[in-house]
Amino acid sequence: MNQILKEVEAPFIKDNLPELNVGDTVKVFVKIREGGKERTQGYEGVIIKRGGSGINQTVTVRRVFQGIGIERVFLLHSPRVEKITVLRRGHVRRAKLYYLRTRTGKATRIKEKITAKKAPAQASAARQEA
Amino acid sequence: MKNAVGLLGRKIGMTQVFDAEGAAIPVTVVQLGENIVTQKMTPEKNGYSAIQVGGFVVKEKKLNKPERGALTKHELPPLKPLKEYRVDDHSSYNVGEGLKADVLLQEGMLVDVQGRSIGKGFQGTVKRYHAGRGPMSHGSKFHRSMGSIGAGTTPGRVFKGVIMPGQMGNVTATVRHLKVVKVDADKRLVLIKGAIPGADDGLVTISPSKTKWNG
Repeated sequence: MNQILKEVEAPFIKDNLPELNVGDTVKVFVKIREGGKERTQGYEGVIIKRGGSGINQTVTVRRVFQGIGIERVFLLHSPRVEKITVLRRGHVRRAKLYYLRTRTGKATRIKEKITAKKAPAQASAARQEA
Repeated sequence: MKNAVGLLGRKIGMTQVFDAEGAAIPVTVVQLGENIVTQKMTPEKNGYSAIQVGGFVVKEKKLNKPERGALTKHELPPLKPLKEYRVDDHSSYNVGEGLKADVLLQEGMLVDVQGRSIGKGFQGTVKRYHAGRGPMSHGSKFHRSMGSIGAGTTPGRVFKGVIMPGQMGNVTATVRHLKVVKVDADKRLVLIKGAIPGADDGLVTISPSKTKWNG
């Protein structure tokens, strides 16, 4: 990307975002304005899509609420998105989880990702020694 | 008609920024040139009153000898392109001084942006004027060609202005009343809300709109 555009975007880019992957269950804290007052609302669901790049990075979070599927797109670097916490890492084999839309109940479960703790740190240390 | 004094710049590209409310605003980033006043036209000498402005400082070899000569006379760097703006009173402008972006443009004001639109080549009426087309299948032989261009013996001619194929794009285009989101005079950057004509790296002129909102 153009260097000047990067400079323009730089002050808005958040550096404290967690690593977000498709299949993860997350809770997004969004600032909402109600009659002149600002408060934070949490929204919990599964990331079914990651989009955009740079300042335009988005995630689509799906949840089923009262039997109705809701999908919300969050602009990750927006000041309105206060915080994102990862509740569960999911193991999926697709980049876009659109297949969840046609499924209900037990069929929408996603396997939890099992990762060896601190494996990447050890591997890099071993590489340095060698 | 008198042109408002404008600033020459290059379109860098589009991105988005967030305002105080947290809403994303689509912006086009324009990098302004040096915009140095090169000459003052006077009614006595030239028959009209104007200022001539050189857009960008370029390498010396980019100019030919007469162009270079006119600039070295006033001890100016090699500048390109030169553009004139009609002004009644040019006492506030001095040859060799740059036009100040933060004086001419303020955040929140409306501007007109002129540039050369992206060339689409020779195009038919469907793409060029959004004319309708025929069915592409079921034995139809009328796909994307033009329809009727008028009646027969009466009037016996084709009216002016009937839409026909031809060159599309690559013409000077102006988008009016765009909002200035931010002016960075040090980096010579202007952020304008919305899209402006031309491809990235294209030459554009930004001038304040003639509206009641600009005071």
